Amino acid sequence: MAGLAELGRAKLRWGRPRRGMPFRRMPRHLVIENLWAFGFLALSLIGLVILTLGPILVSFYLSFTDWDALGAPNLVGLRNFIALAHDKTFFRALWNTIYYTLVSVPAGMIISLALAMALNRSLRGIGLFRTLFMIPVISSTVATALLWGLMLDPYIGLVNYLLQLAHLPTSGWLTDTRMAMPAIILMSVWKGLGYNMVLFLAGLQGIPQELREAARIDGANVWNEFVHITLPMLSPTTFFVLVISIISSFQVFDQTWVLTKGGPQESTITLVYYVYQTGFQQLRMGYASAIAYVLFFITLIVVMLQWVTQRRWVFYQ
Amino acid sequence: MTDAVGLSETSRKNRLGSLGAYLLLVLAAGIMLLPMFWMVSTAFKLFSDTFRIPPMWIPPYLSLANFKRVFTVVPFGPMMFNSVKVATLGSLGQVISCTLGGYAVARMRFVGRQPLFLIILATMMVPYQVVMIPIFIIMKNLGWVNSHNALIVPAFLGGAFGIFLMRQFFLTLPNELEDAARIDGANPMQVFLYVILPLARPALTALAALSFTAFWNDLLTPLIYLSKMELMTMPVGISFFKGLHSTEWNLLMAAALLNITPAAVIFLLTQRQLISGIALSSGIKG
Repeated sequence: MAGLAELGRAKLRWGRPRRGMPFRRMPRHLVIENLWAFGFLALSLIGLVILTLGPILVSFYLSFTDWDALGAPNLVGLRNFIALAHDKTFFRALWNTIYYTLVSVPAGMIISLALAMALNRSLRGIGLFRTLFMIPVISSTVATALLWGLMLDPYIGLVNYLLQLAHLPTSGWLTDTRMAMPAIILMSVWKGLGYNMVLFLAGLQGIPQELREAARIDGANVWNEFVHITLPMLSPTTFFVLVISIISSFQVFDQTWVLTKGGPQESTITLVYYVYQTGFQQLRMGYASAIAYVLFFITLIVVMLQWVTQRRWVFYQ
Repeated sequence: MTDAVGLSETSRKNRLGSLGAYLLLVLAAGIMLLPMFWMVSTAFKLFSDTFRIPPMWIPPYLSLANFKRVFTVVPFGPMMFNSVKVATLGSLGQVISCTLGGYAVARMRFVGRQPLFLIILATMMVPYQVVMIPIFIIMKNLGWVNSHNALIVPAFLGGAFGIFLMRQFFLTLPNELEDAARIDGANPMQVFLYVILPLARPALTALAALSFTAFWNDLLTPLIYLSKMELMTMPVGISFFKGLHSTEWNLLMAAALLNITPAAVIFLLTQRQLISGIALSSGIKG
């Protein structure tokens, strides 16, 4: 998940006329250079075609079939998509995925930015804190989800115990239809903080110190400095973190697979979980492809929207 | 004068701010660490002590029984071996293919370089679930369902993240080195192997560590391909384990701890490179 800033900037070069020569007139040394380059790229090109571009087309085709993983696929026109429009579980999964994204992305970004700013400021122990925050990031979601299953256990979990100590209301968490998704969000935010923090920290350290000093001499207070210097200067990082957070939160799966299997009463079923369930448990591969394409389509729309709006708030130096 | 007063006031404010920042960090570190501490503590507990209220923070004994039982209840030994195999070969594949690809995109001139690079970048937006079923068909036809090949072989065929990471790194190296080698008559492969690779060690370490942890932690791909217990990698094995022993938290935490520890050790060893790798992959620096 990277290079989004690059992609945004690269657009400019797209339109410029290319200086490359037509093939016929290409001198021998350039031919040799091309051959070398494609040799270096051979593995990646095979992967691009076989593992990405080809499959994108194939699953587009499959989404219009009734393929069941065993027989031959039959074209059924728009039947899968019409069925989706009447599928309550699909809308449940869609809403849950959106809910998860709408809460976990802003929460994760705000907290990790606050931590990065704190870390950027009190340089003492920066390494130690960074290590601590990164441990959940490099741990598997399966292991950390299990851990949170224990933390959130209604009877023996530490979370309810601590809430009780503080005389706050406790909850059934993963067993409660209303609290299961917030519980999964809590776990996911906890797990992902360190990654975003590392990115924000790199962005913050790239802001020239002179800018802050100049602002301070001009009498800017902490808030002014944050709004007029830190946020604009950090906006490429923020944009990058926002895009990768949204893309990855649309694909949330591991947590619900380990903790709730989509339950209770489909309250934590997500789009990817539903793709897995219909495709690999019920072997309705055609239908699963249709759901996956909806996911793809939503991802594309959201990323494009961010692209279009970035001009208003992202400042590249 | 007024300047001096102003300065001392700012520095006092600064110190207060730093103290606040420090307190926030300590609090956050506590919240990050408490669950991890709880995992370790529970992994060493007897079953009966997991139910205690108030909780037993540190067991007064050191019981390794849970770790032993993890290995007898499911084939945890083979699962560990499978994880090591898949993650090692998988990250090797990523390092080889993405380093070659990233170098070409960063440094070599060829027809269609810019469009190809943009296409590779754009594939990062494609959810894996979209390509998952067609790739499954390929693997099925190759007879690789219930084979580690289905996980390892694709790793040798590049990937947008790795290619981009390596490209960003190669762009930071000065051109003169390659020019000098080329004037001495080295071909591009020799330049790559003897001039570039020795300089690329930090980036190679970052890519190797990042892809090792990605393969080590992956759930969905092994879940699709591996249904035989003895072939499963740890994350799949543990998630099945949960289904069988859903309330034996001491056992589950021992398994989770065994899963996290190797990844944590690799992270601690490669931390510096890994973190600058993540920063590099954002494409903002460099």
